[in-house]
Formats: sequence, C-alpha cells, structure tokens
Amino acid sequence: MRDDHLLTSKHLTRADIEGILDRAAEIDADPGALAGKHDGSLLGLLFFEPSTRTKMSFETAMKRLGGDVVDMGSVESSSVKKGETLADTVRVIEGYADALVVRHPRQGAAKMASEFVDVPLINAGDGAGHHPTQTLLDLYTMREAAGLDDLSVGIMGDLKYGRTVHSLAYALSNFDVQQHFISPESLQLPREVVYDLHQQGASVREHEHLDAVLETLDVLYVTRIQRERFPDENEYQKIAGEYQIDMATLEDATPELTIMHPLPRVDEIDPAIDDTDHAAYFEQAHNGVPVRMALLDQFLGGSA
Amino acid sequence: MSSDDHELRVSKIRNGTVIDHVRGGQALNVLAILGIDGTQNEQVSIGMNVPSDRLARKDIVKVEDRELSQEEVDVISLIAPDATINIVRDYDVTSKHRVERPCQVEGVLTCPNTTCITTEDEPVTSRFEVLDDGVRCTYCGTIVRDGIADLIGSR
Repeated sequence: MRDDHLLTSKHLTRADIEGILDRAAEIDADPGALAGKHDGSLLGLLFFEPSTRTKMSFETAMKRLGGDVVDMGSVESSSVKKGETLADTVRVIEGYADALVVRHPRQGAAKMASEFVDVPLINAGDGAGHHPTQTLLDLYTMREAAGLDDLSVGIMGDLKYGRTVHSLAYALSNFDVQQHFISPESLQLPREVVYDLHQQGASVREHEHLDAVLETLDVLYVTRIQRERFPDENEYQKIAGEYQIDMATLEDATPELTIMHPLPRVDEIDPAIDDTDHAAYFEQAHNGVPVRMALLDQFLGGSA
Repeated sequence: MSSDDHELRVSKIRNGTVIDHVRGGQALNVLAILGIDGTQNEQVSIGMNVPSDRLARKDIVKVEDRELSQEEVDVISLIAPDATINIVRDYDVTSKHRVERPCQVEGVLTCPNTTCITTEDEPVTSRFEVLDDGVRCTYCGTIVRDGIADLIGSR
C-alpha cells in the first residue's frame, strides 16, 4: 500500500486489494504459518464505540501473529471521560504500541488521529464515514463465493449512514462490477459518495425496491436499517419491513445468489436463510481474522 | 452604462485594496471574510449590484489602509471567482490581478457536518479541498456547493 495508515478504501488500488486478499488466502490455508512472527509486538485498541466482531477479530489476529493487544477499554473507564481529546489519547497510546486501531463516532476521526502519530493507524470505523478493514474481509468473502469481476452486486439497507457500504462501494469501483444500491429515498447513498463513484467511472444504479433488480444479482449485501434514523416508530416499521429478506423473497433470485451482511443483523435476514447455500454472512465474519492478520503483518513490517 | 459611471458611485481611495468584479450580492460576504463589521473604524466603500460589462451585475468593495493577505484572497476567490484585486497606493493602482482559486483553504471555513471531527473540541484546523464548483472537507468528505460564505467563521 502507498500509505502508512489505512484510513479509507478510497485510495486502495486493485493491486493493493488483491495483495492483501492473496496474503489472507495463504494464511487461511495455513493458519499456523505466521505463528510467533510478531512475537513481542503490541497493537493498541482504541474503541470509542461498541464493537464485537471488529475488536475481537483484531485481537485474535494479533495474538495469532504472536503479538498482544493493549486495550483502552470502554470510554466510561478511560481518560476520555475526563475530557481528553482524541489527539492526546492517540499520542499517549502510540508510546505503548507498535500500531493503533481506532473506532470513533465522528467522521474523519481516524484521519485526524493519524496526523498526530508516527505508528501505523488503522481506521476501524469513523461514524458514518469509512470502515476499510470490513471492506477487505467483504471482498475476500465475495471473491471466494463469486469472484470479483463481471459481477452484479446489490447493496441494500441504510446506505446513507452505513460506513461499511461507503467503503465497499469505493473498493468495488476497482473491479468490473455493476453496483446496485437499494434503499428508501431517505437513506440513499450520500451524494458525495455517488459523486466519487462517478468520478472513478464506476457503474452505479440506485433503486427503491429490491424486486427491480434481484434476479440480476450475483451478490446481495444487506445492511441494518437502524430504528434511531426514524423519528416515528410506525414509519420505521413500515420502511424496515420493505428491506427484509426471507425465503419468499429469494424465489426470484438466482440459485447462485450470495447473501452477505456485515452483522449484527436484527431482522433484515430471516434465520431460515442461514442454512441455505445463499448465506455467506457467518463465513464473512470468520474471514475477519485472516484478512486482519494479513493487514497487521503488512503494517508491522511482515512482508520482507 | 459605462464603467466610468459606476466609478462615480464609489469614491476613489488613497491607500488600500479595491476588490472589483465581485459577483452581485456577495460584497457583504467579502467583508465577512475580511472580518470587517464596522466596529474597528475601518473605512470601507461598497457598491452592490452595479451594472458590469463582464458580469451582468457586480459588487465592488474598497477598503482603506489595508492590503489583503494571500489567504484572504484565496477565500474571496471561492465566492467571487471573477474578482480582481487592485492594490492602491497614493491614489494609484500599483498592482492589479485576478484571484486564483487555491487547491485548498485552511482554517477559514467551518465544516457544516456536525458529526465531522473538525467540529469537535480537537486541536485540528479545518481544511477544505477546492473543487471546480465548491469545496470539500478533507476530513469527512462533505461537499458544499452553495452557501460557502455561510461556512466562514472558524477563526
């Protein structure tokens, strides 16, 4: 990669992405190959927002590489509660760790934090901004299931605030992929992201209903529509219901359709789909470990 | 109407800066960029919506005893891309040039996205990339095309 940090997927090239995915595949095939390689290295975890999968998979990845983590813990138990700035917090923890992973509710937080540190910093989610490591594991999963070229991908749900969606869309623009964005009008992809995708020459279409495009899709990436985005409970129930999928929905889909979800899901995907060949979301979550191992190995100076 | 006619509307200045060919209606925003609100005894003359050959209607701002910094000119260029900056010394125009849009502006505009990290109490200076038709926050990516003058006020 061209940068010392991983802040967005916007500037990742196809070669950057394929390099990490290839490395992750090697690790996946031989999980013990890198055991102990980064013995003594420490990864600083700064999660200013709750996380289960991202945080635990970074922790697992670092330990599988022989390193360990130092964790800021919850915001409630840290100096952030006393009013410490993010800039100060990262400068302090930089002194304890060889690389940092930051999740923060504000957009641009990881970029700003990266300007205050010399160690590699990885964005694990900045508000409604970006989540590039999720994207890499999404692409890994997609490549395993359907390849990454000559593909039709539907991305559905909360496209406005969904950082996984923004990062995925940017990264997919490197590949021969038709991107279909399916959402209620109020949760459409931010105009900034659409502008960038057009600038990059991506094939982008927006739809209000899944049935307009379902039968053409190779991959359907579902995201959660959050209750708090709607002032009115009835409005939420009405809209969220239109973007849930169950076995009946899939009658119009191709048998090869791969269904992905960054998780956690609430009721966007009926559990009956879990046992079908369509479901790739648990595999997707598992892929967080090899992909993050490949990334950390690279950032900690592993490819030499 | 000839250009001489509107020169008559706003008197000449002895020393200072004349900002000409400002898009009609933007003069007060130019003053806002310059931090001029009349409380510091600045001598300022303004012409608003006067006929212009180059623009259908233009504003003109004359500020006595002040030569603008490059940073100020950069920001003015965002709301008045056709403006010319005339430096006047002893009634003579000693330099005249059109504004050039910079690649980015720092510390002058406030990001309108309330969830942007630059609007938090962090030691960070706002930074905007200048696009052909607007500005874009370097941190959160928000694009502003209309109402750029409303973002002035972070300093």
